[in-house]
Amino acid sequence: MIKLDAKIPKGPLAEKWANYKDHQKLVNPANKRRLDIIVVGTGLAGASAAASLGELGFNVLSFCIQDSPRRAHSIAAQGGINAAKNYQNDGDSVYRLFYDTIKGGDYRAREANVYRLAEVSGNIIDQCVAQGVPFAREYGGLLDNRSFGGAQVSRTFYAKGQTGQQLLLGAYSALSRQIHNGNVKMHTRHEMLDIVIMDGRARGIITRNLVTGEIERYAAHAVIIATGGYGNVFYLSTNAMNSNGSVAMQVYRKGALFANPAYAQIHPTCIPVHGDYQSKLTLMSESLRNDGRIWVPKKLEDAKAIREGNLKPTEIAEEDRDYYLERRYPAFGNLVPRDVASRAAKERCDAGYGVATTGLAVFLDFSEAIKRLGKKTVEERYGNLFQMYEKITADNPYETPMMIYPAIHYTMGGIWVDYELMTTIPGCFSIGEANFSDHGANRLGASALMQGLADGYFVIPYTIQNYLADQIQVKHINTDSPEFVEAEKAVRERIERLMNIQGERSVDSLHKELGHVMWEYVGMGRTKASLEKALTRIKEIKKEFWSNVRIPGEADSLNTELEKALRVADFIDIGYLMALDGLNRNESCGGHFREEYQTPDGEALRDDARYSYASCWEYKGEDKDPVLNKEPLDYEFVQRQQRNYKS
Amino acid sequence: MEKIINITLKVWRQKGPKVKGDFETHRLEGISGDTSFLEMLDILNEQLIHEGKEPIVFDNDCREGICGMCSLYINGHPHGPDDLITTCQLHMRHFNDGDTITVEPWRSAAFPIVRDLMVDRYAFDKIIQAGGYTSVNTGGVPDANAIPIPKVDADEAMDSASCIGCGACVAACKNGSAMLFVSAKVSQLALLPQGRIEAKARVKAMIAKMDELGFGNCTNTRACELECPKGVSISNIARLNREFLTAKFND
Repeated sequence: MIKLDAKIPKGPLAEKWANYKDHQKLVNPANKRRLDIIVVGTGLAGASAAASLGELGFNVLSFCIQDSPRRAHSIAAQGGINAAKNYQNDGDSVYRLFYDTIKGGDYRAREANVYRLAEVSGNIIDQCVAQGVPFAREYGGLLDNRSFGGAQVSRTFYAKGQTGQQLLLGAYSALSRQIHNGNVKMHTRHEMLDIVIMDGRARGIITRNLVTGEIERYAAHAVIIATGGYGNVFYLSTNAMNSNGSVAMQVYRKGALFANPAYAQIHPTCIPVHGDYQSKLTLMSESLRNDGRIWVPKKLEDAKAIREGNLKPTEIAEEDRDYYLERRYPAFGNLVPRDVASRAAKERCDAGYGVATTGLAVFLDFSEAIKRLGKKTVEERYGNLFQMYEKITADNPYETPMMIYPAIHYTMGGIWVDYELMTTIPGCFSIGEANFSDHGANRLGASALMQGLADGYFVIPYTIQNYLADQIQVKHINTDSPEFVEAEKAVRERIERLMNIQGERSVDSLHKELGHVMWEYVGMGRTKASLEKALTRIKEIKKEFWSNVRIPGEADSLNTELEKALRVADFIDIGYLMALDGLNRNESCGGHFREEYQTPDGEALRDDARYSYASCWEYKGEDKDPVLNKEPLDYEFVQRQQRNYKS
Repeated sequence: MEKIINITLKVWRQKGPKVKGDFETHRLEGISGDTSFLEMLDILNEQLIHEGKEPIVFDNDCREGICGMCSLYINGHPHGPDDLITTCQLHMRHFNDGDTITVEPWRSAAFPIVRDLMVDRYAFDKIIQAGGYTSVNTGGVPDANAIPIPKVDADEAMDSASCIGCGACVAACKNGSAMLFVSAKVSQLALLPQGRIEAKARVKAMIAKMDELGFGNCTNTRACELECPKGVSISNIARLNREFLTAKFND
C-alpha cells in the first residue's frame, strides 16, 4: 500500500489556490534556463503547458505521435468551453461553476481541485481572445454564450461547432512561437514507449521514431504526461484512431497509480453504428440539445414500422411521440448531463422503442426549432454539424430528424495526481484528460477544454516549480546512464517479443474483439456477473493476442501495425483494470452504472458511506492483480445529495 | 436500399522518399456504400495482412474531418470527388460498381513522401512558426470583453480560421503554392484587433518562409478553393496580397 497525500492546501475553499501560490517555491530566471522539461502530447493540455513553460524560460522538449502538434485530438471538440465569466448576468459565479462540476461528477471529485478549475476558467477565455481565437460574438461586439448539459446558466463560449479546433490552434500557435524562439524543441511522429526513473525520480523517456523505427532516449528534470484518455479501449469510440492509453500504462507499471479506471463517459449524441467494418463513431455536439428535441415513438408498432422502413419519422403525429427526457426530467429537459441522457436512450431502445434498422437509435429533432427560429438561424448555429451528419449518413437533418445513439467519448479516470498534478513518481506530472483529477465520475459538457487549458496554462507552470526548485543543482541528465540503457533494452525486448509471434490474427481483429467485450460487459449498464465475465474474456483475449497476433514488416522501420499492436497490448490491460474497478465499486455513480444499484425510477444510486473514495490501483507485476489504494474524498464544503435534474 | 459495389483500386506504393514508387492494383468485392473510403482501405489492409504482405500506409486520425491528417489524392482530386469534405468523410456510395479508383499521395516538392500515401507536411508548421501567432505570453492579458469586435469581423476571422492544415490546396495547385494556407492564417489575425499589432511583420515573415521552403507561386487558378475541404475562400489570398503590399510599402 502507498500512503497517498493529495497535498491539498489548508484554508477556506476560495483561498486555497491563492495561499498555495503565495507560499510555493519558485525557480529564478537564471536557473530556469538550466532545467529541462519533457512534455508528452500536444493537445490542449500539452501544447498550452509546453508553450507556457517555454515562455517562462525552461528548456522544453515536446513530443507528439502525429505529423504536426496541431493534429492532437482536442482539435475535434465541437461545442464549447465553460468559464464562470457571468457575462450574461444570469447568476453565474466561480462557486456555481464549481458546484455544477462537483454535482455533475456525482460527488466523486476533489473539492479543492474543482474549485481551482472554476477559479482559473475566466483567465482561459481572456488568454484565448488575446491569441486571436475567433469566439462567436453578438452584434454589440461582445462574446456570445450558449448553455450545456448540467447547468442552468449560459457559460459556454464557442467558435461555431469547432471550439476545440480554435482553442487548440491558439495553444499550437503559442507553442509554435516558442519553437521559433528556441525554447521548445519539437519532436513529431515520436511515440513514448517508457519512462526512465533514476533514484526514484522521473528523469526521461524512451521513444520510438515512427518514421525510422529508431529507439531514442531523452532526458529531463521532469516529465509531464499529457497524452489524453483511453476511450479507444472500446475500439469504436469518438476518439481519434491513434488516441491511446499506453503512456498511462507505462507510468502505472513504473509506480504511478491508475485512478478510477471504470469512470468512462458515454456521450448521448453520436451517429449510430452501421456495420462491421466501421472504424470509429462520430460525435454530434451536445450543443445540439439546446434546440434539438430527443424522442422515440410512443407506440411499439410505430417503432417497428420505422425500423422496417415502412414509416417515416415525419409521419408520426406529435401526440404519438415520446419526448422522454422532457417527460422524465422536466427541470433540465433535453439538457440533462450526458450520463443521464445516455442511459435514458438505452432504456428506451432496450424496451423496444429504438429506431434505425438496428433498433439502436433515437431521434434528435429540429423541426420545432426550425419553426421557432427559422432555418437560417438554425443553420448559423449548427450548420457545420448538419453538413457533417449529412455527409456521413446521406440524410438531411433539416428535413428529417437526426438519428443518434450513445458512444464512448471520454474517460474521467486516469493517472492519479495530487493537488500539484504530480503522480506518485516524483517529477512525473500528468495533465488534461490523462489525469483523473477534476471530473469525478462524470464530466459535464464543455468542461474538458476548460480542464485541459487550466492545467496547461495556469496550474502546471506554477506547481512544477515547487518541485523543480529543489532540482536546480542537478546537471543535465546523461542518457548513457544504466537506467536509460536498461529502459531502452526493455522496450526493445517488448517489441521483439511482439514481432516474433507471427500468428494468424491482425491487430485490428483483436482490438475489435476487446471492444465488443468492453461495450457488452463494461459499457452503459454493468452488473457483477457482466464484469466477472469481462475479466475472464479479457484474460482470454490477452492470451490470444500474445500468442497469435501477426505484425508484418520490420521493427526498425515505419510500421503502423507495430504501432497499433503496442497500443492494443496496453488497451487489453486497461480493459482489465476497468472491469476490476467496476467490480469493486458496488454502487452507481456518474458514468459508472451498476444495474444492481439504482433507485426505483432508474437513477444512479450512490453509496457514500462505503465508496466515497477514489480507487487508486497499484501495479504489482505482469500476471498479478493490482492492489487497491483509497484516497478518501472528504466533502468539507458541499453537502452531498442525490443528483436531481427533475425539479 | 444499401448499395454494394465491386471496385478495382490502383494504389501508389513507395518504400521511402528517395525510392522509386509504382502503382499496385487490387480488387475489392462487396463494399457497402455506407463504408467510408478509409474503412475501405482498412478492409484492403486486413486482406494484405492475411496474405502476409505489408499494409498500405496512409495518414489518418480523427476520421471526422477536422484533424487534417488524411490526405489522399483520389481520381485526380485531393480528398476525392465529393465537395467540402476530407478523405475520411468520403463514403463509397459516391462510387459505382465496376469503378477503377486511383489513389495517390499529395504530390508537392515541399511535401516529401514518407511512405506509400503518407507525406511530410512539417513545412506548414514551419510557416506558422515564422509568425502565425500573436506574441502574447500566458497571463497578464486584458479581460476577454475589453475590446469589442464587430460580429462580421469575428465571423469572417472564424471562416478563415477553419483551415485544417491538410495541404489539399498545395496538392491541388499546379504550382504547388501554399498561398491559401498562408492567407487563411494571415487573414484570421489581420481581421482581429489582437492580430493587427504585428500584422506587417507577420505577413512578411510567413511569405518569406513559404518561399524558402519551396512552395510555388500563386497564379489565381482557384483550384485550391475548389478542393479545400473547409471551403476557405481565395478572397483570403486577396487580403494576403493587400496586407503584404501595404507592409512592403511601409518598409
